[in-house]
Amino acid sequence: MKQMTILSGKGGTGKTTITASFAALSENAVFADCDVDASNLHLLLNPEVKKTIDFMGLKMAVIDPERCTRCGLCMELCRFNAIEDYRVDPIHCEGYKVCVVNCPVEAIDFVDRVCGHAYISETRYGPMSHARLTPGMENSGKLVTLVRQNAQRLAEEHGSELVLVDGPPGIGCPAIASLSNVEYSLIVVEPTLSGIHDLKRALGLLRHFDVEPLVCVNKYDLNTDNTDEITRYCKENGVAMVGCVPFDPEVTKAMVQGQPVVEYRPKSPASAAIADVWAETRTQLGV
Amino acid sequence: MKVVVASGKGGTGKTSVAVNLALSVGAEQVLDCDVEEPNIHIFLEPEVTESQPVELLVPRIIEERCTYCRKCAEFCQYNALFVAGETAMVFPELCHSCGGCKLVCPEDAIEEVPRMIGKIFKGHAHGVELVYGELNIGEPLAVPIISEVKEQARREGLVILDAPPGSACPVVEAVHGSDFCLMVTEPTPFGLHDLEVATTVVKQLGVPMGVVVNFAGIGDRGVYEFCEQQGIPVLMEIPFDRKIAELYSRGVPFTEEMTEWRPRFQKLLDEMEVLAR
Repeated sequence: MKQMTILSGKGGTGKTTITASFAALSENAVFADCDVDASNLHLLLNPEVKKTIDFMGLKMAVIDPERCTRCGLCMELCRFNAIEDYRVDPIHCEGYKVCVVNCPVEAIDFVDRVCGHAYISETRYGPMSHARLTPGMENSGKLVTLVRQNAQRLAEEHGSELVLVDGPPGIGCPAIASLSNVEYSLIVVEPTLSGIHDLKRALGLLRHFDVEPLVCVNKYDLNTDNTDEITRYCKENGVAMVGCVPFDPEVTKAMVQGQPVVEYRPKSPASAAIADVWAETRTQLGV
Repeated sequence: MKVVVASGKGGTGKTSVAVNLALSVGAEQVLDCDVEEPNIHIFLEPEVTESQPVELLVPRIIEERCTYCRKCAEFCQYNALFVAGETAMVFPELCHSCGGCKLVCPEDAIEEVPRMIGKIFKGHAHGVELVYGELNIGEPLAVPIISEVKEQARREGLVILDAPPGSACPVVEAVHGSDFCLMVTEPTPFGLHDLEVATTVVKQLGVPMGVVVNFAGIGDRGVYEFCEQQGIPVLMEIPFDRKIAELYSRGVPFTEEMTEWRPRFQKLLDEMEVLAR
């Protein structure tokens, strides 16, 4: 079984459009949506949820006003200003437990809280693992790890040859969690100066974690000079380019219909290009 | 006034709106809080005049005093400390710098040492001060750098903050304490889904908000219907326009060449000032 994470650095470059189309073109794969705080893959794959799992995240401190003597030590010790007027603000408490263990009268309880849900689902293209973080919650990296574990288990149960992971934007904690134990990562980039800047940082992340990079330019015809620059940069740095996808209004129309573009308009320019990108990606992965 | 530009979904045009707003109305300062992938400096091209490291305090074990009692390792909620037999180890990249291990150590065998996780930069361009942060590649924690960028906020005048995408802790950090949140979205099912999630966070933080619909004309009416139901005003629509997209791709703020947009951004600011009251 191989695993590939679709990343971008910069948000909104077409990660989910590409992942959903790959899902439709794949024959024996499992899909994981690791953008847990702004997940979109389910909007195209329309999963039927088979199992829902509570995501416990980290515990939270709660001050009992009956026991509290208002000494103020907790407010002094919390480096995250999560306690104000002898009350813990749930949105700022990240569950470090410093106040809990240092309260001289043991007035602070450390309670479980559900920080989101993970789902095991079936789609028309194969099994899917996804999740929803409660808005504003800490520790999306841990939920990403749970989604990844569920996807790997599904792949083992189904004897799948590939796990396709739709990754989060950025290069921080959730992006790092979406890359652990992954052999390949496809970076989807747009031919803009911002896109190129963020591509370079994303490639740096892959180097740091020793993940083999692949690059695909989306909406390449928006600025062909920048597309040439990306191609040149990849060539110079030994990064495999797996293709370019043109701007195509059918992509948004497919999204409105809740379908991957390769299913909605298989003969449209974007669909034809994505099919080529998929074929090249398979060659690179050896699946 | 502090205006934070946020989005939920990535790539909807936060940075473009923040830059064009700042240039059109003559903002005092722009704070780029997307420290994982900062982009504002690409459009403003400031001359960087100051930079400083962002450091986190992480534990260091003083071996002579350590009795390997494991209290620190049992305490740490992020498994940044490991003690077995006569070995005590710190995994600094897992440490969130809460300072708790030092407090629970009965032998006073833990000291805190700074570790650099990124940098912040300051510069000027077009009469605007820009502060942006950059998380080091391979480092997971964006929040301490966002909070350092926000520390630089001016107390007076118009300050515009560009938030990271999503709806998790980095967004909370960026939005918290702002006077108004301008939510940039696209009129598609993806834009709508992520707008719903992001507005939940902003509501919890008690920050008044309005919406900018970018790429207007594509997609469907879902975003407009949602805003109407929720009573969130749509303050501006920016059409899907090949020229704007091409200017963006070259790192040019579109109001520089399409100057007719400047009064529209001024009107947007006037409306935000009324709504923020």
